[in-house]
Amino acid sequence: MFEDFFNVVKKRWGDGEEEYKPPMFKCPRCQGTSPLSKYEELHRVCPKCNYHGRLSSQERIAITVDKESFKELNANMRGADPLDFPDYKEKQAELRGSTGLSEAVITGTATIKGSPVVIGIMDSRFMMGSMGSIVGEKITRAFEYATEHKLPVIMFTASGGARMQEGIVSLMQMAKTSGAVKLHSEAGGLYISVMTDPTTGGVTASFASLGDIIIAEPKVLIGFAGRRVIEGTIKQRLPEDFQLAEFMYDKGFVDMIVERRKLRSVLSHLLKLHGFYPKEA
Amino acid sequence: MDEKRTAWERLQLIHTKGRPTIKDYIPQIFTDWYEMHGDRLFGDDRAIIGGLARLDGEPVTIIAEVKGRDINENKVCNFAMPHPEGYRKALRIARQAEKFHRPIICFIDTPGAFCGVAAEERGQGEAIAKNIAEFMTLRTPIVSIVLGEGGSGGALALGVCDELAMLENAEYSVLSPRGFASILWKDASREQEASELMKITAEDMVRLGVAEAIIEEPLGGAHNDLDKISENIHEYLSQKIPEKCKKDIDVLLKERYTKFRKIGAFTE
Repeated sequence: MFEDFFNVVKKRWGDGEEEYKPPMFKCPRCQGTSPLSKYEELHRVCPKCNYHGRLSSQERIAITVDKESFKELNANMRGADPLDFPDYKEKQAELRGSTGLSEAVITGTATIKGSPVVIGIMDSRFMMGSMGSIVGEKITRAFEYATEHKLPVIMFTASGGARMQEGIVSLMQMAKTSGAVKLHSEAGGLYISVMTDPTTGGVTASFASLGDIIIAEPKVLIGFAGRRVIEGTIKQRLPEDFQLAEFMYDKGFVDMIVERRKLRSVLSHLLKLHGFYPKEA
Repeated sequence: MDEKRTAWERLQLIHTKGRPTIKDYIPQIFTDWYEMHGDRLFGDDRAIIGGLARLDGEPVTIIAEVKGRDINENKVCNFAMPHPEGYRKALRIARQAEKFHRPIICFIDTPGAFCGVAAEERGQGEAIAKNIAEFMTLRTPIVSIVLGEGGSGGALALGVCDELAMLENAEYSVLSPRGFASILWKDASREQEASELMKITAEDMVRLGVAEAIIEEPLGGAHNDLDKISENIHEYLSQKIPEKCKKDIDVLLKERYTKFRKIGAFTE
């Protein structure tokens, strides 16, 4: 073990013969490697292939909404354990500690270049952004709040799908969230869905696909069934671009693919096009 | 009613050859059945059937997932795993029911929505999402019954309703226990263990607020007595459909939303 430690130290600082190697980012899309600092400077976009990597909800807020405009809604909600599933409570507590997140989504109000919005951001670091009771409830409340206050909603989706440990209760969150989207829509509300990496399973099959406008970031994964499940069914390998944003765009399920550096400005324009201008000072 | 079986025993039972399917039930429960075909967009998915019939003399709309009774039937209906066009056909027929003020009866019996290339290309996720959202505000009563398997989003796409009933041995789950074990533990062989932990039985559904009623099966299961199980389903519908039709539609819609709205567990 001490030997291992010594080797790590040697690798980091070199032993005079090896030169310093900066930490690298290996892109899951193009498999290319780039300096991690470069990838992070681009807000987690692969410098080689333009794959838009996963952001934390805090990073997303920072690059999307006006400084200090974000006010979290329902910040004190904590997950329970509807099925008494083994180790589930412990897993949640552990993740709250290690990620600093309360759950897989954060919701709140904010302004984007002055236009008011209700915003929800999923965070794949918390159990792959899976949708359990908390995700369902917070998103439902966000839409209900927006309906009541006649505000537009922007949802940044990132999810592996259902929260297995909540079983059928997780499945029912699809109905709950979609119902709230529908009522917001019937009241004339604008909903922009921004699909980020990955948007799959029960989230794709509910609120993520129900936007009046659906935006995706380049090269992100979007689909219903998992790639391996489909490969298992058809017994052959799927092409590399299967279920990427560009594929879904070609098939007619995405309105536009927008690069991260332009997203704030595009959202601002779309909000204004629907009459949501900055409030007069 | 039999002594309580475990979730695993029920799963074996609903996969017993000869368990009745919607095709067995329709002539037993309804009259004047006319099937409608196609989503008017792409094609006709035989995994979901829909059409008109009479229940106790009154017109109703039926939408149902279809299991095959043998391999040939299963080839046609794709083992009750719908493609997007199946869900879109369901929505088209549901809208017609709304237009002509007919109540809708959905029969759920699917391992799940089909997982394949064509299904993804045609927007499986979007098709399910749309049904869920649209059914929530359809201005006509909807009653759904899980006949055997209620698998995942593929079941929920016909499961947004005013009242859900489960046949006694039917299951409703977020994913098949096999898939569940393979996702959570990377070991599909632990499906029996998964089936017990997942809470998938009719009683579980009532306890969790997902279902409101359980329809009793004949001794040994539905396949033992088609007349009896059909009679039980018929009796349930004869009571529920008029009850829901009498309600003010706006009250009904509020209750429908609330039914799903309150499912979930959290603290704050």
